[in-house]
Amino acid sequence: MSTCHQTRNPFSETESPAVGVTCEQLSKRFGSLEVLKQIDLRIEPGEIFVLMGPSGSGKSVLLKHIVGLERPSSGKVTVGEFDAADATTRERVRMALVFQAGALFNSLTVYDNLALYPREHRLASEAGIREKVMRALQILSLEDAAGKYPSQLSGGMRKRVAIARALVMEPQLMLYDEPTSELDPVMAATISEIIATLKDEYHVTSIVVSHDRDLALNIADRVGILMEGRLAVVATPAELRSPADERVADFLNPKINLKQPRFRALAT
Amino acid sequence: MKPILAVLEGIGDTVLLLVRTLRHAPALPRQWPRFVDQCYQIGYATLPIVAILSFFIGGVLALQAGYSMSNFGAKEFIGSLVGLSMARALGPVMVAVLVAGRVGSAITAELASMKVYQEVDALVTMNIPPERILVLPRLAAVLVMMPVLAIIANLVGWFGGALVAHTVDFIALEPDKYFETLRRYTKFEDVSDGLVKAEVFGFVVVLVCCSIGLRTRGGPREIGASVTKAVVTSLILILVLDYFLTKALL
Repeated sequence: MSTCHQTRNPFSETESPAVGVTCEQLSKRFGSLEVLKQIDLRIEPGEIFVLMGPSGSGKSVLLKHIVGLERPSSGKVTVGEFDAADATTRERVRMALVFQAGALFNSLTVYDNLALYPREHRLASEAGIREKVMRALQILSLEDAAGKYPSQLSGGMRKRVAIARALVMEPQLMLYDEPTSELDPVMAATISEIIATLKDEYHVTSIVVSHDRDLALNIADRVGILMEGRLAVVATPAELRSPADERVADFLNPKINLKQPRFRALAT
Repeated sequence: MKPILAVLEGIGDTVLLLVRTLRHAPALPRQWPRFVDQCYQIGYATLPIVAILSFFIGGVLALQAGYSMSNFGAKEFIGSLVGLSMARALGPVMVAVLVAGRVGSAITAELASMKVYQEVDALVTMNIPPERILVLPRLAAVLVMMPVLAIIANLVGWFGGALVAHTVDFIALEPDKYFETLRRYTKFEDVSDGLVKAEVFGFVVVLVCCSIGLRTRGGPREIGASVTKAVVTSLILILVLDYFLTKALL
């Protein structure tokens, strides 16, 4: 499966196989709290999979399992052919995670943030690194920000820099944690367009954790909805326009009821 | 039981951090810019405060010794007392305490905020071991800079003592006599033992501060708590290690 989807390197004509992700009976406990409950999921190479769900439903924890920042309490996550919990998987598969707050290195300029990965892995000469970094900044329309520090950037620019930094890694798998949170609607739409464009142009597998219904219904190939640690549904955006599951329907199309507010029900 | 487990967990994590960092030691030449930056932070930026404190510690030693020794005509031995005290005990301990307070706290604050704001996680996902770029240059820099700081502390402390012994009326000891007894009774081994102590103290302080910083979880409050914990732990370790090293080196 993986060989028929090739990621196209944004910096050269070379191609590498896009990778799929498989979760088998994945469970995660933090003390007595079970955050993920026997998740079974297959994400195909080259697809955009959007993971939605209420706050605290375990979306970001699932993302951390895929990238190897968390270890399952039971079950297994496989990236390509490799166990995600194995540290060597990060050497075999190029994965890039765009963190919710960007996680940019505050002591480095935007240019140095992007150059860190190729420098540390000695992927090119300084001239080659400069070319890669400037190309990534150009793709995200950030050329003027190269010399700035993260603290000098707006929220939307920080997200774009985080995506550009991920792009420099020439990833086979891109993961986004709430890429449109705290952004105005126009900037949120811009970020959604960037994610879809990167998928179309470079064929990377993209997994997006988001609360953004517009993003999910417009750019996703499939959407998964996590409810209380379980995958309540996995469906295409078209199927989700009229979901059978009442909880999913309520999550996607919540009605504002001023006569019987939800928070009153939550309090009792 | 819980606090004991937490201490044991902290020790285990610190030892593991050291082992993982040492595994990256061959990569040190590639970390040259970070190493130089840390040498600046640990050495050059700490130097003024080390010099000021050493000068006055040497001066106070000379003053106190002069006050007592003048009564029974032994004031020429002030030089030997200040020389030995600075070289074997006060110099290395004072430098280590200053490094813990000034450098250790800054290291913990920086690494803790990097951990809390997911910069460390970002490094891991980029397959860049945090130990290689965050811990290794700091440990290497402290190993280079601690002996330098300790030697400067000794020299400034000795000269501070000489100045006070010469200028205070009731002591009025000639610098020649002060430095003659200092040279006669302060051996090379006394100075080198002090440098060994300074090296051990500095290494432990930076390792502990890195470890506590990288183990921080939570938010801004936890960053502050980690800094306090790192400085307090460092100060306790300096004094405990000082006892055992003094015993071993006597």
